[in-house]
Amino acid sequence: MERTYLPILLLVGFVVTNAVAIILISHLTLRPRPTAEKQTPYESGMPVLGDARERFSVKFYMVAVLFIIFDIETVFMIPWGAHFRQLSCGTDLVAGVCPTGQLSLFGLWEMLVFIAILLVGFIYVWKKGALQWD
Amino acid sequence: MRAFFAPWMVGPNAEPTFLVWIVATLVKMIAVFTVYMVGVALLTLAERKISAWMQDRHGPNRVGKGWLQPVADGVKNFVKEETYPDAANLPLFILAPILSFVPALITWSVIPFAAPWGSVFGNIEMVLAPLPVGFLFILAISSLGVYGIVLAGWSSNNKYALLGGLRSSAQMISYEIAMGMSTIPVLLLAGNVSLSQIVNQQAFETWNVLNLTVAFLIFLVAAFAETNRLPFDLPEAESELITGYHTEYSSMKFSMFFIAEYANMVTASALMATLFFGGWDIPFTLWDNVAPHTALKTLLTLGCFATKTLFFVFLYMWIRWTLPRFRYDQLMSLGWKLMLPLALAYIVAVAATIVTLDALGFEHGSVPFHVGLVLLNTAAVVILFMIVDRGRLVSPAYSRLDRRDLEKLRAVSSPHRAQPVSQAGD
Repeated sequence: MERTYLPILLLVGFVVTNAVAIILISHLTLRPRPTAEKQTPYESGMPVLGDARERFSVKFYMVAVLFIIFDIETVFMIPWGAHFRQLSCGTDLVAGVCPTGQLSLFGLWEMLVFIAILLVGFIYVWKKGALQWD
Repeated sequence: MRAFFAPWMVGPNAEPTFLVWIVATLVKMIAVFTVYMVGVALLTLAERKISAWMQDRHGPNRVGKGWLQPVADGVKNFVKEETYPDAANLPLFILAPILSFVPALITWSVIPFAAPWGSVFGNIEMVLAPLPVGFLFILAISSLGVYGIVLAGWSSNNKYALLGGLRSSAQMISYEIAMGMSTIPVLLLAGNVSLSQIVNQQAFETWNVLNLTVAFLIFLVAAFAETNRLPFDLPEAESELITGYHTEYSSMKFSMFFIAEYANMVTASALMATLFFGGWDIPFTLWDNVAPHTALKTLLTLGCFATKTLFFVFLYMWIRWTLPRFRYDQLMSLGWKLMLPLALAYIVAVAATIVTLDALGFEHGSVPFHVGLVLLNTAAVVILFMIVDRGRLVSPAYSRLDRRDLEKLRAVSSPHRAQPVSQAGD
């Protein structure tokens, strides 16, 4: 257990330390000469018009909501994919192979039903025009 | 000396002791991290040199004949003045580059980069963390990169940066679905989520690119979109958004976004090599996959892995100068309306084929099993090509024009080669 997950923890610590160090070192070597113009948002040299904190297209929210649905679908598919050979076998696998005559369509049907349910939703979303950018 | 090391010399096939293991882990960690940082610097040089080569110009050739350019850039970025926009949200503004840098540099930890080395101190795995859920880890961490970009775009309080951040988030989450789904067929064949086992399975059977070409193509396109590279570089489209989400960043904070982008590119290349091109496996021989695992094998397989990875890195740069940028609506419809249904259909097709081949009595992993898969796959690639191409390459668009219209067009486009247009029918 420790030999599988400890390296990740070490690496995260190491990379975060590096990232913070880079920010700190470049902060310490800087010679700030701020001017009022330099501190304004860059808009190609034009005088700034208004604020960037405005409303933006609802399409971006839509994509995020749809993403959650389909990403969860993907996440459900990963264990199914990894265990597909066991699921399509009526009994336990013998040395990774299904004994003759024990093949079942359980794994395939289960996922077909799951995909079909989501496909209905997908077609609805498509027909509603949620995937349409103009 | 030998007597001093004796307690740790457990022989080439045994598990190393904890002390040896932790030293090996630290060495691997620091070595690969250094390779990434130096590699990214060299890749910026390679990118500019390759761009120059493809456009028939010189590229960087001043600082040390061009070779020291990355060093000069690095030093310059360290001593440059940092600007903090007045309107920016300062904590998030500083946090964003870190959030983008960290995930980019920890994703590699589950990718096996060479054959294990059976040293006298025990069998040392050439992967930092041999996670049983390796693939899930990659999906999880790589999606964290979105936070850095979104926060950078929002906290800058700059309209261009905000638009870049929004575009990027929508694009990355859209293609992540296709990316995740394109790897399910790989899991169907490997029966495992651990990347080491996926490499082994490919070494003893066939590389997945032959079995699952469609999945590879989807993964390739999604990887380009995930790393925000051309033809999907909408988030930083220079001609529209200045540089997108990092418009307001200067000094090393700007550099960190750059390092993250290139590190993501290397990791995506390494993933393509691992999932579809056999990882560190040397093709046409099983010599590298069976014991004894000598240091020579480790070095050769490391070279093989590096070659495959660098090929894909080169492909990234090659495509950058080959294809124009997508329009945003085209990008979204490609992701949602083509790649998502295609990936779903391909999963079902591969699963059904595996069950059918099993039912026909072909043993999993045997030659006829793979021949069956390759046949299905060839058919799928041909059908996909026909759908995506819509007859443009097979029969070019001008072949559908009337002959007389075509001659008129030719007279306009290349007058010196034009045939006289027949007047009889006019």
